[in-house]
Amino acid sequence: MASEKKDRRKERLDRGIKVRTDGVYAISSWLEISYLVIPRFVFIVGFLLLPVVLTPFPYWQKVISIICMYALLAIGFDFLANYVGLVSLGGGFYIGVGAYIAAILNTHFGVSLVFTIPVATLVGAILCTLLFLPCLPLRGVYFAIVSLMYPLLAARIIEALNIFGGTDGLIGVDGFSSKWIETYVLIISLLIVVFGLRRLVTEDLGLVFRGVKDNDQAVKASGINITTYKAFGVLIASALGCLGGACLAHIYMWAGISQFALDFSIIPIAATVVGGGGSLIGPVIGCLILVPISEILRDFGTLRIAVYAIILTAFIVYKSEGLLNYATRKYEQFERWVEI
Amino acid sequence: MDIIIYGIINSVTLALMALGFTLVYGVSRLPNFAHGALYVLTGYITWLLMNKLGVAYPIAIIGGLVISALFGAAMYQFVLIRVRGMPISEIIASYAIGLAILEGLRWGGLKGATFTLPPFIAGGIDLAGVSVDFQRLLVVGIGLLLFGSLWLFVNYTSLGLALKGMAQDERAAMTLGIDSDAMAVVAMAIGSALAGAAGVVLLPLGNIVVEAGYYVLIMAVAVCIIGGLGSWTGAILAAFIIGFAQILTVVYLGTHFQVVVALVAIIATLILRPSGLFGKQKELEERV
Repeated sequence: MASEKKDRRKERLDRGIKVRTDGVYAISSWLEISYLVIPRFVFIVGFLLLPVVLTPFPYWQKVISIICMYALLAIGFDFLANYVGLVSLGGGFYIGVGAYIAAILNTHFGVSLVFTIPVATLVGAILCTLLFLPCLPLRGVYFAIVSLMYPLLAARIIEALNIFGGTDGLIGVDGFSSKWIETYVLIISLLIVVFGLRRLVTEDLGLVFRGVKDNDQAVKASGINITTYKAFGVLIASALGCLGGACLAHIYMWAGISQFALDFSIIPIAATVVGGGGSLIGPVIGCLILVPISEILRDFGTLRIAVYAIILTAFIVYKSEGLLNYATRKYEQFERWVEI
Repeated sequence: MDIIIYGIINSVTLALMALGFTLVYGVSRLPNFAHGALYVLTGYITWLLMNKLGVAYPIAIIGGLVISALFGAAMYQFVLIRVRGMPISEIIASYAIGLAILEGLRWGGLKGATFTLPPFIAGGIDLAGVSVDFQRLLVVGIGLLLFGSLWLFVNYTSLGLALKGMAQDERAAMTLGIDSDAMAVVAMAIGSALAGAAGVVLLPLGNIVVEAGYYVLIMAVAVCIIGGLGSWTGAILAAFIIGFAQILTVVYLGTHFQVVVALVAIIATLILRPSGLFGKQKELEERV
């Protein structure tokens, strides 16, 4: 058997329809158009219909909001890791900053929810970027470690200085006026973000980002300041995280130290690895799988983190491309054994 | 006097926590983020052997260390070897394993005061007017003993020299017939045993709690980063810097700031001197 295996290998070829739809022939017939449109259509419409389908289960409707929140964070992680080359393990920091800003604006200054969410997104993103600015020159492992420290540090400082409600957190934040608005605000912003970012990374800006990731010396040699671009990448990613955080504060009507917690750092990473990094939709699919698992396991307390960690390890070791990249490959290419 | 004595104890404690981490990273460039989990796991296994199986304390400790070493070796052999050379995957995979162990233990009911290891020698002594219990003195003693024996091992045995060779130049070591993966397994086994040793020595000072795992990981990483990853002298020096800085903060600011000191120190070090105090290896390529 072993010798037989040596004599052949798997060959992958693009399907004809995939090649045709790459160019202008995409609009030549309904077949080509539907080949391109159907996957995206299923994703968008499926997402929009999900809350309606789940109307009989109000609890799971709430879970959709949580899924969207995690998905925003996971997209930010995926974008930073696979397009800018910064692996940020501290997703909890963005969520925490967004949640606290929204909660402070709402409880202390009585600003309504319509304004707190955008303001928290913008101000939070700028704040996060400024705080991360000193460590942006760091690469790889070192940036990962430092970013892991940020949420821990923030939680400890709030605890130690007893500011912003200390360990109790800020209570009495306004909720959304209806759960439909809550769900659809998140779903629509998620969809805009996903497709907007997918467009962005194919523009010139995205090219520079990928240059920074693949070979920052070359980008530097072209007279482009890489720190500026890294800062811009962090700005985008942290804006997504802060948006999620601000919505989270309004969903739970509360902001507290636990929003800097480990969950927010580990779930997006797991979702990205499971769903498939580099596609920006993969993380969303990962969240759609992992967050419900987490909700089912809620009764078992911390077991869910252990379960996540095991899923994460299994995927990163045995199936590191992730589900979406696997599915894309099957959709676009066919495989066959060829004799060598 | 308080500050000096407890500063030394705290510094040696930190160095002990970091020893296994820096060994593994130095030899095989593998950031073992499951380090803290192994620390707690060894303490728990020792407790289990002693209280559930009725094994004598010293034998239970040895059993715990052996299991920890085997676990570390298995972790490399079956999981980490597949993501070798991809730093981010290495971090995520080892961190995930650590999380699985820690949160699994927490779910399994590892909390409360039931889980304590007895001190090796009970009681305490007055040292220049400061009362110190024997266990803390033993920590310093065992710490120094471990540093010493590890130094001898690395410099005077063929296995140790092979490890050192790997740490200095992997490719050259391979041309001399040193098996890179075998050495990494050995390093992981020794590193895990050292994490376990730190666990059994330090855990009698308090309860066995899951949080200790995270604390140890943060401290180990802090010490290694500030000292310069892979540098032993740097790690020990950094342990003393953080150790004394922590005691000073506790005395003058309050206990809450103890962890903040380490985190701020890491961030400051990485920004001011990205390769750490003594880090020389590949500093330009890797960090900035």
